[in-house]
Amino acid sequence: MIFEVFRQERKGQPFTHGGSFHAPNREFADAYAREFYARRQESVALWVVPRETIMSIEEFPDEFDLKYRRVDGYSIKGRLKEARERAGTAPA
Amino acid sequence: MSSTEQRTQEFLEFVQAGGQVETDDWMPDEYRKRLIKFIEMHGNSELMGVLPERDWILRAPTLQRKLALTAKIQDEVGHCQLIYRVVEDLGKPRTQCLDDLISGKSKFHNVFHYPTKSWGDVGVIAWLVDAAAIISQKALLKCSYAPYARVMKKVCWEESFHILHGRDTVLAMVTGTPEQFELVQEALDRWWGPLMHFHGTPIPAAEDPMVHWRIKSQGNEEARQQFLEGYVPQILELGLTIPDPALRRGDDGVWTYTEPDWDELMAVVTGHGPASEERLAFRRLARAEVDWVSKAMLPEAA
Repeated sequence: MIFEVFRQERKGQPFTHGGSFHAPNREFADAYAREFYARRQESVALWVVPRETIMSIEEFPDEFDLKYRRVDGYSIKGRLKEARERAGTAPA
Repeated sequence: MSSTEQRTQEFLEFVQAGGQVETDDWMPDEYRKRLIKFIEMHGNSELMGVLPERDWILRAPTLQRKLALTAKIQDEVGHCQLIYRVVEDLGKPRTQCLDDLISGKSKFHNVFHYPTKSWGDVGVIAWLVDAAAIISQKALLKCSYAPYARVMKKVCWEESFHILHGRDTVLAMVTGTPEQFELVQEALDRWWGPLMHFHGTPIPAAEDPMVHWRIKSQGNEEARQQFLEGYVPQILELGLTIPDPALRRGDDGVWTYTEPDWDELMAVVTGHGPASEERLAFRRLARAEVDWVSKAMLPEAA
């Protein structure tokens, strides 16, 4: 069985993928994960996950060009300039 | 142009521009084959590299050194495990890697085909062989195959301890008795040739297929120059002599040296080195002896 390991370097940080290993069961996976990824205190926590339980999603089509959901969907520069001019607050 | 050719061309442009590839992405067959061969040899080298060090666990001069050496060996075997996993995900099972290693079908690094004669060798290997290795491995952090590049982070981090352990061992000996100093000098004399071979023939980066696919991000000679620039001064400041009278640094910062015997490198890596057969025989024996463990632990191996 292949286990994937995600490790956290410091409290509060996200878990990042560290690598994978073979283990026959959870008990061995626990021991191997400690040996491989935490024996120098380089991790404060580990997530050890059987590979087949991971759902991987990779295709994200954007046929409708949904730009209004992103910051690049908004160009406020021109309108802001005009608004400031009308209000008389435009920088000199 | 066929659609495969076009796809290959696009792939090539992608990786040459710094793009990184994941396991499930489409990749040309040639790229996959080169990755497997290169990464497998790296894994083999981690595994074979512990054998000369294993010989010194029982002969380490102090308990502290024994523990440090054992920890280094554990690290190297861990690297092998991680690296073989990368090969496995590319399509070649670990058992096949181990079979090909002990049958002599696949290769391992030149430096692990030589015997060790004294504790001086252990220091010189951990310091300078690992220093040469970390230069190659750091360049692999930018490898176009992302899973390999990610594994290299952990490998490089652990190698940095090994270099310190080696340098500390060498420093203890060069500040010891004249006999201890001499053991280091003799070890350096033995290892200088293999160290100059380490980064391979000076094939221009533009003609190196591994650079072409951006599996490697630096050419062989570039790596060797980096090694010389970084470590020759550190060796000389200890009063040691490098056994190459032609070695010097030009005004342009480029090191010149006696042309290494490239035929020897070729002979050694194809299994004709002074310790090749002995090391492979030990690996065969170890494999046979622990076969029952694999069968008991991994149902798929039974």
